[in-house]
Amino acid sequence: METKNIMIVGVGGQGTLLTSRILGGLAIHAGYDVKLSEVHGMAQRGGSVVTFVRYGETVAEPIIEAGQVDVLIAFERLEALRYLHFLKKDGVIIVNDQRIDPITVVTGAASYPENIIDTLKAAHTTYSIDAMTEAKKLGNSKVFNIIVLGMAAQHMNFSKEDWIEVIKKTVPPKTVEINLRAFETGWSN
Amino acid sequence: MANKAIMLGNEAIARGAYEAGVKVSAAYPGTPSTEISENIVKYKEIYAEWSPNEKVAMEVAIGASISGVRAMASMKHVGVNVAADPLYTIAYSGVNGGLVLVAADDPGMYSSQNEQDTRLIGRAAQVPVLEPSDSQEAKDFMKFAFELSEKYDTPIILRTTTRLSHSQGLVELCDRKEVEDKPYERNIQKYVMMPAMAQKRHIVVEKRNNALIEDSCSFPINKVEYNDLSVGFITSGIPYQYVKEAMPNASVLKLGMVNPLPKKLIEEFASKVDKLYIFEELEPVIEEQVKSWGIKAIGKEIFTVQGEYSANMLRKAVLNMDLNLDAAAEVPARPPILCPGCPHRSVYSVLNKLKIHAAGDIGCYTLGALAPLSVVDTTVCMGSSISTLHGMEKAKGKDYIKNWVAVIGDSTFMHTGVNSLMNMVYNKGTGTVIILDNSITGMTGHQDHAGTGKTLMGEPTNAISNYAFCKTIGIEHVYEVNAFDIKELEAVIKRETARDEISVIITKAPCVLLKGNVFPKKCKADPEKCKKCGMCLKVGCPALTKQADGTILIDETMCNGCGLCRQICKFDAIEEVDA
Repeated sequence: METKNIMIVGVGGQGTLLTSRILGGLAIHAGYDVKLSEVHGMAQRGGSVVTFVRYGETVAEPIIEAGQVDVLIAFERLEALRYLHFLKKDGVIIVNDQRIDPITVVTGAASYPENIIDTLKAAHTTYSIDAMTEAKKLGNSKVFNIIVLGMAAQHMNFSKEDWIEVIKKTVPPKTVEINLRAFETGWSN
Repeated sequence: MANKAIMLGNEAIARGAYEAGVKVSAAYPGTPSTEISENIVKYKEIYAEWSPNEKVAMEVAIGASISGVRAMASMKHVGVNVAADPLYTIAYSGVNGGLVLVAADDPGMYSSQNEQDTRLIGRAAQVPVLEPSDSQEAKDFMKFAFELSEKYDTPIILRTTTRLSHSQGLVELCDRKEVEDKPYERNIQKYVMMPAMAQKRHIVVEKRNNALIEDSCSFPINKVEYNDLSVGFITSGIPYQYVKEAMPNASVLKLGMVNPLPKKLIEEFASKVDKLYIFEELEPVIEEQVKSWGIKAIGKEIFTVQGEYSANMLRKAVLNMDLNLDAAAEVPARPPILCPGCPHRSVYSVLNKLKIHAAGDIGCYTLGALAPLSVVDTTVCMGSSISTLHGMEKAKGKDYIKNWVAVIGDSTFMHTGVNSLMNMVYNKGTGTVIILDNSITGMTGHQDHAGTGKTLMGEPTNAISNYAFCKTIGIEHVYEVNAFDIKELEAVIKRETARDEISVIITKAPCVLLKGNVFPKKCKADPEKCKKCGMCLKVGCPALTKQADGTILIDETMCNGCGLCRQICKFDAIEEVDA
């Protein structure tokens, strides 16, 4: 199998580390070699954060470079646009249709781009979801990232049963039920 | 199947320490090294502590080593500067129990103020440096480092980088091997570095170094992979992975020990390949030595000294490939920012209003340099705020710094700020120091320190009071103020900056991300009352957005209800509601 490259982007604090941990767990579960690369420290304070997940027979490089991403999972739409050039020509985008203004927009130094989802769709196969609204319907806005992951799961070669098993093992025990419901919401969307 | 786990590089370093039988670990948190100690503390066989700074951590590890047990210190690259004093001399003394310093470099400066290269410190201090290239090696090299340390009677530096420390990979787990304590014997020739002893020890250091240059040619961590002989790479650490990714057929000499260098092994490799590249991030440490031996090689002529490397860099610079990449979209930058509900924002909003400049320090609060708060004017290194302000006062006089303060976090104050404050007292300084006390080491992800009342191992301990400390060293004007009470803060800052004496203002409120924090209230903007003046936006809270009609929307999922915007709004357009 050719190495699969998954890139997770978002705003510091949105839970990219949890989702990459689930992906890493899945790859091991399926018997692949896997490398994950994360951002800790300053950028986690509301900055643009990127996590790379690579799995395959053997994986050397821990990062993914421009033009190499198979699946881009974006927890915020401006962040999807920021890393659009990382996608392969046939790469797929899963985007949470949420707007979080960077401080440069709040202060008026820059403006938030219009029609981002259309721009993404024009460039690549794009699936978008308002995961925050869906998560609130489930009663916990924090699980929005698992909803997005559930949507992305349709574009990776793991079975639904494997996903469920790994999510159960990875999330805090008290939150298993709500996270599984969130995953189902994304998976069946 | 062997017992395998997926581990961060830092987690694997901790595992390696555990398996190697380490008994004592000391550290000061700093990205990208912090998770080493956070994982070591999971192993009950190891005593682990947060020391107030890296020098202390290094000395604690040295003491443990001299007493006869395996010991380690871990820190970020700039922390090694703080620990340099004991490091350079313990290199002369050598060790009793194995001694390893884990130094985490940050090429690309993801969370640092410079991108210095610890390999150069290893060379200058004449300490061997090992460099792993994935999580498995991080664990294995730790174990090898302790063997080497004891065999060659030397401290060892294990150098990691952000990309290794914060990447996860598969690691095969082994059991811990207990190591019998070495007997302690008094030996002042070895452990008391007065000139007469040190002169003799320096000769020992030179011999040791020469032995290592010879012996390391057969160390298994220095690995030759002969493939296509038309092109060869000398590389180490994470850059090795980029070579394997971009040019899997090239011949490679992968150095696991980057100081001192295995000269004969390198000469042999160089003689067998037609074209030799030296591929190392940051400084040309290997390259300059190899070239000085008369070997022809290509290095920094085509590879930068800036930031991180990649496989694409090789594809472009060596393979001359046209990668045909799309350009990045032009989008607004998203720099890091103080969290919604952060107490630093509240203090900075007052300083901004009073047009006061701040000599800053290292922590989340360094972000106060950026718009719209724009309060912090200088940041150099840990603990520098207070001494920088003192230097300005001595240069320009006490009136010059009336519109200046020093701002320093509680953990940074314990790190080295205390020394600077004692200096201010001793040398008759004036000026206002604000200790931003959020009861934790914030930026690195919530580590305890000498003022929090809890140890790394989770035990309750004496919490050193900043207030009592400042009073004890003779400062009369010391005040504690709630960081969110902006009226009181403004009054105290105005009053104290006008004084011709030293003042310390301790602003108190816990970091908003602290576990166990509950936020019963949130803020909500009333579009009817909002006059669209934009005053609330000037505090730079990411929960606030200006809508198309000019009124303010407060994101309910982001707001932590600190009430700063509500205090600033002159039109009562922001109300407090139940969360």
